[in-house]
Amino acid sequence: MNEHHSLLETRDLKTYFALRGSILQKRRYVHAVDSVSITVDSGETVAVVGESGCGKTTLARSILLLTHPTAGAITFLAQEAVRSNKYYRDMQIVFQDPDSSLDPTMRIHDIIAEPLVGLSKLGKEEIDKKITQIMKEVGLGNDILGRIPRQLSGGQKQRVNIARAIITEPKLVVLDEPTSALDASVQAQILNLLLDLQTNHGLSYLIITHNISVAEYMSDRIYVMYAGKVVEQGPTAEVIKKPRHPYTIALLASAPIPDPKKRNLLTIDVTGEPPSAIDPPPGCRFNPRCPYAKQLCKVNEPSLDPISPNRFVACHFVNETA
Amino acid sequence: MGVQTLAEDILKVSGLSVNYESSQGTVHALESVSIAIESRSLIAVVGESGSGKSTLGLAVIGLLPSPPAKDITGKVEYKGVNLLELDKESIRSYRGTEIAMIFQEPITSLNPVYKVGTQIEEAIRIRDARKTDTSKSENPRKNEAHERRDEVISSLKRVRIPDPENVADRYPFELSGGMRQRVMIAMALSQKPSLLIADEPTTALDVTTQAEVLKLMRNLMNEVDTSILLITHDLAVASQVADRVAVMYGGQIVEEAEVNELFSQPLHPYTNGLLSCIPTGSKKETRLKPILGNVLDLRETYAYCKFAPRCPFVKDKCWASKPDLKPSKGEHLVACFLYE
Repeated sequence: MNEHHSLLETRDLKTYFALRGSILQKRRYVHAVDSVSITVDSGETVAVVGESGCGKTTLARSILLLTHPTAGAITFLAQEAVRSNKYYRDMQIVFQDPDSSLDPTMRIHDIIAEPLVGLSKLGKEEIDKKITQIMKEVGLGNDILGRIPRQLSGGQKQRVNIARAIITEPKLVVLDEPTSALDASVQAQILNLLLDLQTNHGLSYLIITHNISVAEYMSDRIYVMYAGKVVEQGPTAEVIKKPRHPYTIALLASAPIPDPKKRNLLTIDVTGEPPSAIDPPPGCRFNPRCPYAKQLCKVNEPSLDPISPNRFVACHFVNETA
Repeated sequence: MGVQTLAEDILKVSGLSVNYESSQGTVHALESVSIAIESRSLIAVVGESGSGKSTLGLAVIGLLPSPPAKDITGKVEYKGVNLLELDKESIRSYRGTEIAMIFQEPITSLNPVYKVGTQIEEAIRIRDARKTDTSKSENPRKNEAHERRDEVISSLKRVRIPDPENVADRYPFELSGGMRQRVMIAMALSQKPSLLIADEPTTALDVTTQAEVLKLMRNLMNEVDTSILLITHDLAVASQVADRVAVMYGGQIVEEAEVNELFSQPLHPYTNGLLSCIPTGSKKETRLKPILGNVLDLRETYAYCKFAPRCPFVKDKCWASKPDLKPSKGEHLVACFLYE
């Protein structure tokens, strides 16, 4: 254990949100992230996939300490995570919606310069030099530096977001649904850009996405979340090829593939909705929707156990899905 | 297929053009769009933002807000009647009863202060009122409240809502996104329309829910005897559910074909570009080939092919004139000089 340190590691991370209620009631909580342990190694791209409400964005925000974790530990660069200039120089985030993540009144130049102004001691000239260089890298012309976000296209805005994130030369960039708001042709451009930047800067990525094909394309390892928990993890290619948790199987089967000869969508049979994160069902959280569920699943919560040296599945009947 | 089929076209749009007035000039949202939908079939209109796909849907059902929409020209023939020539009052008798529409965000289409059952019942009441108006039968028996209630429940059952009696008495905010979209579908189909326009009906939904809703729409098509015009940005979704697919770019249809044909032999460089943008497999195996360049400024008028600036196969001819949408082989239509 001691010789190998992951770049980022969370251990049993929990982030709960308290709900407002009357003083006579017992306090209730939204269990957004419930005991999640993940690692990201240097140079690696790790994807966290799941549907809305599974806790993937809260996990990202907790890792960046934008939301305070309720319990558990985060280690980054072999140190316990604390809010500091250094922490945010080394870890940055690109948000989903390029419209709401850019200040509409700021000029593009100031948006990209802001992390350096706040987090480094560089002078104005050095900052401008860095901006010119970064603009070239993300494929933007210097002519837009004087504009405001509204004057840019969606793709350009996301390039600005990426420029702002990498200008502090971080080790890890958290990408929260980086292409979900973009058109297909622009998405492909942005994904290619992210790959180029990773190669040139030795970046590690933690990608949060609901899009299986983006996760498959970009990541080396994958975590599948359901109702605040990791239900399956492993090397991306293996998980996609042979998913073992019943939820992963359903999730992959319902991702539409662009091939009319394989109409998986019209034949699959997942029913129901994800459970409430306030009062998750006892036992396995997927049991009300699971075709393999038995009595045990309604009582005992399965732990995330290895099925091979680097694959983990949280299911009592994982042998039946083989 | 291949030969002329004689199935009846429920909708025939020809030469439809729509402009929008904006503070920055006139936007040419649709330019001479022609498309036909056979009865009991599902046609998907696929395009990126600004391609005009939503404008097409709204123009068909006569819901384009004017202003900003102006200069709506061409024909929208529904069962032989040109809807563009009808006055506001007459088109109302088509909307809802003959042609229904559902949108991306069901929460904005539902009234937040009424129970969903009440809202579906309203649609049924309006339909019945219209029937008694027009048929003027001698004994216009009022549909009793409990009969309408039964119909509400059965329409919720039809869209596979579990526990429909309970759901009918809930407010929209109490339902999940997937349930709300089903309620919208139930409401739209309660009038038994011959054409359902679905504008990005599953874009706001999770993939497992999306699969359920799409499967439901496809099954209901035969049950209720409806044709569907599905508007989507997602080629994969289109490939899964459509009978025919039309690809739009810059306010025009650039390619239209039967679904298997379109995906096995895409002709237009834009369709090919869109397909190679979809990530498949891992970065280790292939590199994505994005479509270079940016989306068009539709305030300009173009005397050349609108895709020419981004097209890898562009020829001199493409800059000199515009290609028309014509059959390349059988019923596979394409607007590209490469195939002339």
